[in-house]
Amino acid sequence: MRVSLKWLAEYVDINLSPEEIGHRLTMAGLETERIDRVGGDWDEELITVGCVLSVDPHPDADRLRLATVDYGGEEPLTVVCGAPNVAAGQKIAFARAGARLIDGRSGESAVLKPAKIRGVESSGMVCSEKELGLSGEHEGILVLAADAPVGTPLAQYLGDSILDLDVTPNRPDWLSMVGVAREVAALTGAAVREPEHTYEELDDPAPARVSVEIADPDLCFRYVASVIEGVKLGPSPSWMQERLTAAGMRPINNVVDITNYVMLEAGQPLHAFDFSAVGGEKIIVRRANEGERLVTLDGEERELTTDMLVIADEKKPLALAGVMGGAGSEVTGETQTILLESATFHAPNIRRTASRLKSRTEASTRFEKGLSPELAMVASQRATKLLVELAGGRALHGLVDNYPAPVKEVRIDVTRRRLKQVLGVDLPTSTVREALTSLGFGCKWEPPEHYQVRVPYWRTDVDIPDDIAEEVARIVGYDQIPTKNLGGDVPPAIPQPLRDLRERLRDALAAAGMQEIITYSLTTSEELERVLPEGQLKRLLKVVNPLSAEHEYLRPVLRGSVLKTLAANVRQRESEIALFEASRVYLPRSGELPEEQEHIVGVVTGKRDDRWGRSSDEPVDFYDAKGYVQAALQAAGVEGTFEAAEEFGLLPGRTAVVSAAGAKVGVIGQLHPSVASSFGIDQDVYLFELVVDHLLPAVQAGVGYAPLMRFPAVVQDIALVVDSSQPAEDVRRLIERHELVRAVRVFDVYEGEGVPADRKSLAFSVTYQSAEKTLTDEEVARAQSEILKSLSEELNAELRA
Amino acid sequence: MRYMAAETIDLEEFAAKARAGLDAATDEAALESWRVAHLGRKGTLTSVLRKLGSLEMDERRRIGGEANKLKNELEAALKAKLSDLHGQRIATTIQEGQIDVTLPGRSKRVGRLHPITQTVRQIVDIFVSLGFSVAEGPEVETDYYNFEALLLGRDHPARDMQDTLYIDFVRDGVYPFMMRTHTSPNQVRFMEKHQPPIRVVVPGKCYRNEATDPTHEWMITQIEVLAVDEGISLADLKGTLFEFAKRMFGQERKVRFRCDYFPYVEPGVDMAIDCFLCNGKGCRTCHQEGWIEIMGAGMVHPKILTNMGYDADRVTGFAAGMGAERIALLLHGIEDIRRFYQNDLRFLEQF
Ligand SMILES: [Zn+2]
Repeated sequence: MRVSLKWLAEYVDINLSPEEIGHRLTMAGLETERIDRVGGDWDEELITVGCVLSVDPHPDADRLRLATVDYGGEEPLTVVCGAPNVAAGQKIAFARAGARLIDGRSGESAVLKPAKIRGVESSGMVCSEKELGLSGEHEGILVLAADAPVGTPLAQYLGDSILDLDVTPNRPDWLSMVGVAREVAALTGAAVREPEHTYEELDDPAPARVSVEIADPDLCFRYVASVIEGVKLGPSPSWMQERLTAAGMRPINNVVDITNYVMLEAGQPLHAFDFSAVGGEKIIVRRANEGERLVTLDGEERELTTDMLVIADEKKPLALAGVMGGAGSEVTGETQTILLESATFHAPNIRRTASRLKSRTEASTRFEKGLSPELAMVASQRATKLLVELAGGRALHGLVDNYPAPVKEVRIDVTRRRLKQVLGVDLPTSTVREALTSLGFGCKWEPPEHYQVRVPYWRTDVDIPDDIAEEVARIVGYDQIPTKNLGGDVPPAIPQPLRDLRERLRDALAAAGMQEIITYSLTTSEELERVLPEGQLKRLLKVVNPLSAEHEYLRPVLRGSVLKTLAANVRQRESEIALFEASRVYLPRSGELPEEQEHIVGVVTGKRDDRWGRSSDEPVDFYDAKGYVQAALQAAGVEGTFEAAEEFGLLPGRTAVVSAAGAKVGVIGQLHPSVASSFGIDQDVYLFELVVDHLLPAVQAGVGYAPLMRFPAVVQDIALVVDSSQPAEDVRRLIERHELVRAVRVFDVYEGEGVPADRKSLAFSVTYQSAEKTLTDEEVARAQSEILKSLSEELNAELRA
Repeated sequence: MRYMAAETIDLEEFAAKARAGLDAATDEAALESWRVAHLGRKGTLTSVLRKLGSLEMDERRRIGGEANKLKNELEAALKAKLSDLHGQRIATTIQEGQIDVTLPGRSKRVGRLHPITQTVRQIVDIFVSLGFSVAEGPEVETDYYNFEALLLGRDHPARDMQDTLYIDFVRDGVYPFMMRTHTSPNQVRFMEKHQPPIRVVVPGKCYRNEATDPTHEWMITQIEVLAVDEGISLADLKGTLFEFAKRMFGQERKVRFRCDYFPYVEPGVDMAIDCFLCNGKGCRTCHQEGWIEIMGAGMVHPKILTNMGYDADRVTGFAAGMGAERIALLLHGIEDIRRFYQNDLRFLEQF
């Protein structure tokens, strides 16, 4: 809502600066987003209202003329003027040399200097809107109203401050000048001047000319019709045009301008019908019939549905109630008599119709916030008065008012205890009363506890005691509410094991050297196709109204977005890049909210750093990625196992399933080169994926504490020759099975000279230890030979010679 | 029975030989073999002392005394010599072992958490230190939790404040599921499961169907704050959020509370802090206002408390919500909110 302070001053005295008014409104809940100054930098001395006394041809230039201007000084000034529209008798904005204006050509601010233009001395200028900084208009000069007082500083005559207010959806009354004036009055202690409503009427009673039937009183609560004869269509007065322009509306003609003006002034949308188009002299407010059509003012033919409300005559719909008028009943130059509608409609219905027809208008945005039926009468009288006074109309006697169920004044019983309970301060009764009455509420104090509050009709948002608490607090000022710290018992903490685990894994991966990323939760189907098997693509979830195709599908895996991010970064560096994301994925469930799982996906690529932190020639491999996974599992206190497996998008032979406590918790492997290249990556990428939800049970199973052993351990290395395809982990586990073995670690893999083809050598470091005694050399040797025997029998492994 | 010694003991000669030998030894190995030869279990001095038994009492005493004196003398000399050698060796090591301490350390990879993760943790930790628990909720929500239960009925004009991304699933002619537009549904979800006193923060991603620009992002991370108990008032809201602001942005911060509207609170509050870049004087970041709005808040609407089965006449509560991206933006002076989810490593590695 754009509020001109000059216009606002008609309803309330303003003795504060625009900034202070803006600040007070903001603090009270009506945020001032911006203050636009009109003429804030116009020099009061040098830029004044002038009158063009005469216009003469320029001796040397056809397109230039000489204008002699009375600007209020002792002698008129003659200046060169290039504007085609300058004419004698005009009131214009006149600037003398020394004034700061906007240069018409460059758009820069510049001081006006006396100049000789084609031999004629010129020390002043008749200004265009652009030169005054009012608009981009530079074709012609700005012509002021005929009654503009010559010599008055232009800043006084035309200057204004426009507050751009961000009106919250609960306050339709703030979408009106009077509503804002009421607020300013309450915040500054001034009084509100309501607009005049009285006008002269003809003797003919309006109800004799037209009747109003409300067929659907659930959607229309009041319909006030006024009939005005003899209206002459023409431009509205300049003051009204100026105000409409200041508010951001385009002046059209006096009738439309008056309805818009009253809407801006009072907050009630109005509609003017050409009365001759109303067949049968009857207005019917009803739901549209099946298949009914209406050509609206914008020229579009709309197909109506039975849940839309129309204003109709006996035969046809004339307008879409509260949203848009019909073309057939539009007021035109031929119009003799006007039927002026001021009505109250069911807010949700207007909202639905407007959004269905994609036609949110100034009117519908007001209706859909819920207006008071009382306002319909006030606005009808006001607009009728203006049509009589400014459009040459003659109003019929009385208004046709159909108001099936008059609303009762809202009364609220508010206790002093509740105000204190909500606000945290026991405000004096006089403070409460003053705050409320300044806003137009009625307030009666009934000692010792009760305020009987009467809510003014325009406050459709207030209906419970806590609403009153807010009204009081915002007028008193939130800064007057004390500040205290929470007392009382601290509630017990609620365990969040999944969240705790996820955060621990995040920390571990970052500590191990990976960079965390966060990517968008919605992606493209095309990206998911690259990382998911076809079967999973059939059940993808998506949003119906995506911002763009880029963000349409809810991802059931993180892989795609992580790889996309990797691709973008790979282009910038060749050294190792290790990224991970810990986010939710969404798995469809029929008819229910999707299952949301916590996933972690990591990707590793590039070349390892050398001693100097530069990338070496050595590319990262599977085991770099596995190292990160192991670091994460270790931090979670979980022992993971890795078994060769196949997985969509990963390279067979370089892929493993990760399990913990007997359940699959993730996968790891080299990204299939075809998937990598589909993301534009042409180097080896290793990827892992952990499902935190699946890891949680293993974490909760826990790793028990083992007391430290008192007796010394014996460490022995053995080298074994096994089949090339033999996973080392099987060998390691077999060795670990022996009761005297405390730990086994692989430390070398060798294939080549000295080892038969199809065989490889694995070196293990084996730790023997007993809880009962110090092991003798003989006991260790015996254990080793027992182990070797099992190895040979079960895994065809032999000691390397 | 008495008898004379068959041989005499010449300590002088032994001492002279031993001293000469010690002088001649120049490294640790030579000193060790000298020690074994002269002072060891099978060394000469030990064998001298072993012979004492065959001497007369007086003689035994005299020579024994001298021999012990000699032994102490030689041991001390050995120790001194060893310590000299040790000192020399360290000096040599230092001399030869000088390194260039200005060369870079061996490269270790450093990983980092995403700046939004860091900011969320910072915010959550402050509330945890004030006695709040942490909870989380679903990112895909039902119309009931995201709107209806928060008094945002289907036709409420305030639904416009939150452009919603609806899930492509229709039931009874409407889209019942959506990407949650805020974390406030968790007020309801939490109250359904717990009884007052309640103090909880709920962080999580939220989604808006909104065009992006340097200050608007369509995916954001909100932190919801909720406290419900007997005796909680607007004064507690102010105190708690002020304390948060000081811990987050600095003890010298000022805060400004003003009236604002959210359908699920009454009274409604907007909290701003004085701009920490210009100290309230006005700059580009604060749009020349000197204040930066950082969260919406208010007293939980009594209708919601009643719907939860609470006695709204007895218990009251406050709620607040803030965006981690906006706070991170301010804290680090980042010029474009979209940087966070572009994930350019050159950006991420700065946090
Ligand atoms: Zn600032």
